[in-house]
Amino acid sequence: MAEDLLEKGMVVDGYTIGELIHRGGMAVLWRATHPEIPFPLLMKVPKLAMGEDPAAIVSFEMEQMILPRLRGVHVPKTFGVGDFAKRPFVVMEEVSGPTLLPKLKVLPLPADEIASIGAMVATALDSLHRQNVIHLDLKPSNILFRPSGEAVLIDFGLSHHTQLPDLMAEQFRLPYGTAPYMAPEQVLGVRNYRRSDIFALGVLMYFFATAVRPFGDPQSLKGLKERLWRDPVPPRRWRPDTPTWLQEVILRCLEPNPEKRYPTAAHVAFDLKNPSQIPLTPRATRTRQDGWFTAQRRKNNPETYAPAKKLATQSKFNSAPIILVAIGPKTINGPLGTALRDKLATTLAATPQARVVAMTVLRDADPSLDALPQAATGNRHVSRIVALKHWAKPLGRNDQSISYHVPEAANPADAILDYARANHVDQIIIGARAESAIRTILGSVSAQVAAHAPCTVTVVRRREWPMAEPQGETIAANAAL
Amino acid sequence: MIADIHANLQALEACLEDAASQGASRYVFLGDYVGYGGNPATVLDIVQDMCAHGGVAIKGNHDDMAADFDRLMNYNAASAAKWTRTQLNPEHRAFLDTLPMTIAEEDRLYVHGDATAPEKWRYVTDCDTARDSLMAAGDARLIFCGHVHQPQVFGIGRDDKMTRFIPAEDTAIPLFSPRRWHVVVPSVGQPRDGSTLTGYGLFDPKTSEFTVRRLPYDIDGAALAIINADLPIGLANRLYKGL
Repeated sequence: MAEDLLEKGMVVDGYTIGELIHRGGMAVLWRATHPEIPFPLLMKVPKLAMGEDPAAIVSFEMEQMILPRLRGVHVPKTFGVGDFAKRPFVVMEEVSGPTLLPKLKVLPLPADEIASIGAMVATALDSLHRQNVIHLDLKPSNILFRPSGEAVLIDFGLSHHTQLPDLMAEQFRLPYGTAPYMAPEQVLGVRNYRRSDIFALGVLMYFFATAVRPFGDPQSLKGLKERLWRDPVPPRRWRPDTPTWLQEVILRCLEPNPEKRYPTAAHVAFDLKNPSQIPLTPRATRTRQDGWFTAQRRKNNPETYAPAKKLATQSKFNSAPIILVAIGPKTINGPLGTALRDKLATTLAATPQARVVAMTVLRDADPSLDALPQAATGNRHVSRIVALKHWAKPLGRNDQSISYHVPEAANPADAILDYARANHVDQIIIGARAESAIRTILGSVSAQVAAHAPCTVTVVRRREWPMAEPQGETIAANAAL
Repeated sequence: MIADIHANLQALEACLEDAASQGASRYVFLGDYVGYGGNPATVLDIVQDMCAHGGVAIKGNHDDMAADFDRLMNYNAASAAKWTRTQLNPEHRAFLDTLPMTIAEEDRLYVHGDATAPEKWRYVTDCDTARDSLMAAGDARLIFCGHVHQPQVFGIGRDDKMTRFIPAEDTAIPLFSPRRWHVVVPSVGQPRDGSTLTGYGLFDPKTSEFTVRRLPYDIDGAALAIINADLPIGLANRLYKGL
């Protein structure tokens, strides 16, 4: 009954206890302050009384392990952890913004607001996943927003850390989670798959778009399992004004086969930030569920349950990067363009799940570019997209996995870097131009990108044949001998 | 936490050098200093020296055999034990003879095999054996053992439910209360978990965090020492397989 031992005004390990602000199913939250910490804090104390849910202890143990290991703006900063034997607690920063809970009163939300919320939550999930943690209880009450706009995920009591013991997994036979949001594989007891969070995000966006929960709120295991074989009513059936791109994203997140969902949360954020770039599949325009007979056949087919069951322990996270290829408008059809494509092809051979963005930056008012034949025929922008598609054609990629982007900017390096930062690009492939006096004076685009990129940069230079005789060097080397 | 060195001097040196660089301030030796490997005397010199400078050591089954070897064992182990005896000086033998079976300090218990009957050298390999060992350990909240040559962490909650976990290297695993934990430390001298890397464990009593370190070492040197000692060639070969 640790939570009852606290009261307002008490001082615990240097923290002064304030108001009791929330009494949840598993834990109690108190406001707290500390003389050396200049902002408001929360102290979370587990409910340990006899007769409480035994999961309360275990989920508190998990949170105590995971929270202090997390970094970044997308989680509350942890300050202290109390020894369980004496007084168990976790002290964390109080994030001042609201949760998503109040939004439930004003559903449905407009598409652009859903896209913006979805992208921010996906970005937060990506940050979490990169720190080896899967949330497994994503829902509106566990998502806050900082005044600066970033989504913050809270409550890691049901989470899984891929490098720490999973106390929840061993403890309970039945799946723990929140019924409307639980991924199908989670229902079957899988706790180590990142795409389960992507499913929950899909449920959230579906709910926000339609005011209807895609799988209801089932109270039995049998009811929970229905989502393995019963596809949801497409959002456009409830709200015909749902944009096709939004339905595409939502239904892809909700694929019962996790392999068919977005491979990473960064991909979801990417699409939601670039709605015009989303390749539409038949999902986008569907207006009805599959028929009763089709669903029953799925229900009785063992194949339906196979993907969730066979989920490997090994995560596929690193095999689905976002790769940005930056191609100069003047070199795209020459040997450097070919070299870039060859480099991309070898990279893709190792990571077939990668998402590719092919980009050409249009310089503002670049007179030399207007002299190019494509530009003379009309819209420069369209002609660059056409050129990029032509360039990418030999790769034989489907439209799902490659997109094209032609921003305008005074400085191409800045445009490439801005895009890479905003879209969580994992690798940039860029060409190095041949030596020239101007390059040497101004510094090349590839050098600027390599110096400032937030990720791996591969600079491709085409080897010139035949090579010039390195006479000076030979003589110098001989002299040294 | 240094376990199952098995006279592998090259591996021990790699571990001790790494532990020093990681800031280890105290050394716990979890038994089996000899047997299998080609440098028992030098290894014992090092362990004895470290114990004279604040380290602690408990007895393993191979140490027991080297002191008193009239017992049943497989061919490889028997040849190694027989040869090992010829390599030890009286000081070494006295050291091995007087090693305690267990050491308890603060909330921790050190034992080579398991805590139910340390002299029976039982293996802690699964949740059942770990639970039995924890049940027999009295007040100890944490047990550190060796003997298995495959690192594992077992936890038992207040409701007696067990967790089993294979620790990833270089990841600090919190061994928090109220849970009690049974840690099987990797083997320095003869890894058997499919990895040829030597390994040891770092424990920080302040944070109650345990970290497994795995390192490359001079396997050729260790294998050569086995061959030069005319020990069975299989003992050298298995170092290259980590099995």
